[in-house]
Amino acid sequence: MKEPSLLASAIVYLAAAVICVPLASRLKLGSVLGYLAAGCIIGPFGLGVVEDAEATLHFAEIGVVLMLFVIGLELDPAKLWKLRRAVFGGGSLQLVAAALPLGGAALLLGLPWQAALVAGLALSLSSTAVSMQTMAEKNLSATPVGRSAFAVLLFQDIAAIPVMAVVPLLAARAEGQAAVGYWPLLRGLLAVIAVIVIGRFLTPRVLRIVAGAGREVFSAFTLLLVLGIAGIMASVGISMALGAFLAGVLLAGSEYRHALETDIEPFKGLLMGLFFIAVGMSIDFGLVASQPVFVVLLVLGFQVIKALTLRLVAQPLGVTPRQGWLFAALLAQGGEFAFVVFGVARSARLLPGHWDALLTLAVALSMALTPLALILHDFLQARFQARSGSQRAEDTIESQDARVIIAGFGRFGQIVGRVLLSSGVKATVLDYDPEQVDVMRRFDFRVYYGDATRLDLLHAAGAERAELLIVAIDDPDTSLRLVEAVQEHFPKLHIVARARDVAHWQRLRSRGISVVERETFESALVVGRRSLERLGVRPYEARERADQFRRHNIQSLEQVLPIWADEAERTKVARSARDQLEQQMERDRATLDRHHGAVGWHPEVEEKA
Amino acid sequence: MADPPVLLVFAHPYPDRSRANRRLLRAAEGLRGVVVRSLYDLYPDFDIDIAAEQNALTSASAVVWQHPMYWYSVPSLLKHWFDKVLARGFAYGSGGDALWGKRCLWVVTTGGDEGAFSEQGMHARPLREFSPVVEQTALFCGMRWEEPLVLHGAHKVDEELLEAAALDYRARLEQLVSSARSPV
Repeated sequence: MKEPSLLASAIVYLAAAVICVPLASRLKLGSVLGYLAAGCIIGPFGLGVVEDAEATLHFAEIGVVLMLFVIGLELDPAKLWKLRRAVFGGGSLQLVAAALPLGGAALLLGLPWQAALVAGLALSLSSTAVSMQTMAEKNLSATPVGRSAFAVLLFQDIAAIPVMAVVPLLAARAEGQAAVGYWPLLRGLLAVIAVIVIGRFLTPRVLRIVAGAGREVFSAFTLLLVLGIAGIMASVGISMALGAFLAGVLLAGSEYRHALETDIEPFKGLLMGLFFIAVGMSIDFGLVASQPVFVVLLVLGFQVIKALTLRLVAQPLGVTPRQGWLFAALLAQGGEFAFVVFGVARSARLLPGHWDALLTLAVALSMALTPLALILHDFLQARFQARSGSQRAEDTIESQDARVIIAGFGRFGQIVGRVLLSSGVKATVLDYDPEQVDVMRRFDFRVYYGDATRLDLLHAAGAERAELLIVAIDDPDTSLRLVEAVQEHFPKLHIVARARDVAHWQRLRSRGISVVERETFESALVVGRRSLERLGVRPYEARERADQFRRHNIQSLEQVLPIWADEAERTKVARSARDQLEQQMERDRATLDRHHGAVGWHPEVEEKA
Repeated sequence: MADPPVLLVFAHPYPDRSRANRRLLRAAEGLRGVVVRSLYDLYPDFDIDIAAEQNALTSASAVVWQHPMYWYSVPSLLKHWFDKVLARGFAYGSGGDALWGKRCLWVVTTGGDEGAFSEQGMHARPLREFSPVVEQTALFCGMRWEEPLVLHGAHKVDEELLEAAALDYRARLEQLVSSARSPV
């Protein structure tokens, strides 16, 4: 079949993605599997709409490059410096721990030692694309396990350089040729220096000029920057993604960081999708069909060995024991570097027979296994937790759990936490935003990043044994999801909740939460009080009026609560804010009219006795 | 350095609606050497600043408690003030000599007239039988108990009597101020 035109390919890719990805998401399989399936279907071994999978794969690698640029944008050099031990210590530990048994297995399968070494190293690299995309979808990126995984992936990106460099050397050795000189190393160094100069000194200046020239030019420059750097790196044989990452880090402090990010984001998303499609297309089903048992055993053996080694190194890498298998499932797949390494190995004739095709196939299939492995992991963990609730109570780490968990540590939760701390109560904090974390840690708060509605995070925070959960999340929907999850899984945990407004208050109260405070109510009452004082009402009386208003307001809300819950059930339609206000004001007027006498009784009874 | 002032602790939740207490307070407010602390204005939430109150007491030469009688006693915030400010180590107990030797004047208004505060009246006892609790509070802190100033029938009392009471109050306060200048 003739290679279709650019327009036709674009239509095929986009259509395949639009059909497969929502389906996969609907089936809770994750978008990665959707793209991979789309690739299988349109690829040379499926419908054969697209023939040259390798060219597409090569092009789509730009998606990975853009992704690492965006990741770099979120890590300024100071943050990166803090990660140095996790990256170099943890990363090298993982690489060695995985490469040794994988290489050993390759040796046992009859590969010569040079080939076994390359295979072991290449297979121990994981897929940044698959892992990061999966973690982002599961809201894991900001959690401890996500950060450990990221550190490992970052190291692998760096380690891929010597791995790829070593292939021709080993091939030369295998064929008895002389080794290459130092020139490639020097060129690499020069390229890195060039990237630093571009990212650190040139780009900020150019950005300032370009930013004034309109949105499209800015976008074009952003793409030029990333692709240019990727090009420089590729020309000297260094990972393009690593170069883009470096550029991202250097620009993390720039005032244009967000603009860069928003510009790159859609390209990144589309090209990442294309990358996964290309991986799907490259799965050689002919090879699978010719020796199905061997391929299945190969993939399973690869995955089991790698998952086991990841599980082993999880703890030294700072992953909690409970998340060890999650860590393993996230990183067990082979990575995009393996494709490159095997490609180089093939041209260097380092891998005998069909091995390059077999190993490439194993890596592609392992990528497809990642979403499935995570589903299996979640399923097994749920089963395990259901059965061994008592076993975990003896865990020594958990016995230090705080009595209080605060979900959401923004402007609201921080004050709550500090009030508690001033009484010597230490809380465990769950939050998305890493801003305040260092400070909080210094004051003995245990802080967990991530989506508080995730059960594993709640488990890790000790929700089984905590006495109190303070829901200080600002978003009503997230808050309600958390409340529902906690009521279902940790029924003994008491909840104190922050409500955004009356509607949120009612939804929380109708779910049986007894302590619910509207976030602005008390401060508005105080402003009312202060205003009355300004108008000549004495401070104590102003306080009494505010107290009275509070009491009536809450009473009237409580009175309509059963009706509200009923109506909400019946109509399933949330009332508009305007309706709410109207009804509330009518109720306020009614109650205050009824109690009006109480405000003005005093003159007659001034001296009681 | 200025002479130590007379501290007037005023406790009325609704001073604007009080005829007698407001009048009495006005008589005191213009006086040199008298510092007024209106508790319900300072602490509408009952969150008394103990240190500030104790400082005011320490630097005062004499203390006046002025309030309407509520249920034969002081209004709740003044009682709370007793509980919190007259603390051990400050007002009594070891080292608690901050009020020692200071004069204490109790100024109290009642709704009932003199007849009500008699054996035949609705309150069944004369006022002096209700005063021992306040008096002993002052004595326990080592203060010297002055003859209390009582205004009965606070919202019935006619203008002349009220004026006379205000003048009397003013004189009593001036006396306290001047006695502070000539140490005992």
